Amino acid sequence: MHEFSVCLALLDQVQSIAREHGATEVERILLRVGPLSGVEPPLLMSAYPLAAAGTIAESAVLEIEDAPLRVQCSRCGAETPAEPNRLICGRCGSFGTQVISGEEMLLASLELRVPDTDEAG
Amino acid sequence: MCNVCGCNITPSNEHLVVASGKHGHTEDGLAAVTVLESLLSENDHQAAHNREHFGRNGVLALNLMSSPGAGKTSLLEATIAALGDELQIAVIEGDLETENDAERIRAQGVPAVQITTGSACHLDAHMVGDALHRIDLSEVDILFIENVGNLVCPATFDLGQHHNIALLSVPEGDDKPAKYPVMFRAADLVLLTKSDLLPYLTEFSPTRAERHLRRLAMEVPFLSVTTREKSGIGSWVDWLQAAVQDLRLQSATGETQSPAVQSRDADLHGLEADQGHTRHHRPHAHGG
Repeated sequence: MHEFSVCLALLDQVQSIAREHGATEVERILLRVGPLSGVEPPLLMSAYPLAAAGTIAESAVLEIEDAPLRVQCSRCGAETPAEPNRLICGRCGSFGTQVISGEEMLLASLELRVPDTDEAG
Repeated sequence: MCNVCGCNITPSNEHLVVASGKHGHTEDGLAAVTVLESLLSENDHQAAHNREHFGRNGVLALNLMSSPGAGKTSLLEATIAALGDELQIAVIEGDLETENDAERIRAQGVPAVQITTGSACHLDAHMVGDALHRIDLSEVDILFIENVGNLVCPATFDLGQHHNIALLSVPEGDDKPAKYPVMFRAADLVLLTKSDLLPYLTEFSPTRAERHLRRLAMEVPFLSVTTREKSGIGSWVDWLQAAVQDLRLQSATGETQSPAVQSRDADLHGLEADQGHTRHHRPHAHGG
């Protein structure tokens, strides 16, 4: 859903950070995306080259780390894996859980090529 | 919390942080920058502005989401009839085309701004921000934002509202929460609408619908309403009046309310809600 417009928003952020660092190129972009984020990694991967064309990030490698869906139970304290429509505690079945991983769509980090302008020593 | 000093790092994202620090270097001499921001931070930034605007004016802002035809506009008409004398209401309508819904609201004597999105299938914070220029919020108690009818996309976009309300109508079937988990997990309140049709659609089980919702780890209220009976929206009206009161109490203590989904989002990203403002505080390279 909207992976192309999410890529455009991503590139705005990337370009802004690249400018702040005086970068000439973006080499690598690491995202962390979970199954409940509302975006699908394969669709992001295919939308990305189109969105990045002509920008400082057009030859960047886009890596997406899948965030596993995990919940923490407020009743028994267990941390268990979950499914998008079954988020109850895997141990005690309580509805009182918190999703601790799997809802995020995060720009985690960038690797930038920055011209070396410092004098030595 | 800010990006500069690293205090937005959490156990779930610390492995994403560059080992040599927020702006270290990789082995091949590239500058490595830890960001840890939501991909929608630009929208979130505008949403935070909208939320401040609502706060300054003491307005309760509510985002109504559902499939097309689940009864959002009818619910608003019935709400205006029930509360219009007691509370000042304004409405922002979102549709791809037509002014039909805004006209229905205006016919009830309530100001309404129609956003026609063309082909955009959801409202975003910028569209709502623009629409707010056309409403005088100083006299408004409740602003309803009726989102585009869509169970997929609107859930992801913060508009600056205080609460999200998801509508599920009886003819849609009781397994919708299982089919659309992202939407139903974004709700602070779920309304089962068109409940007058339950005798005719016996395959719909409200208990089953609620169980699907609870299996999403959602403990929010699940209320049955119908606009076809005189006191058919009583539980919704009670919820609204309580929400208005809560907002007034919070304003007195300087707190800001966000939908639960935004707070969870901020926790996952190691951020305060309304973190959008601190994106101005960037890590900057310290040379070499």
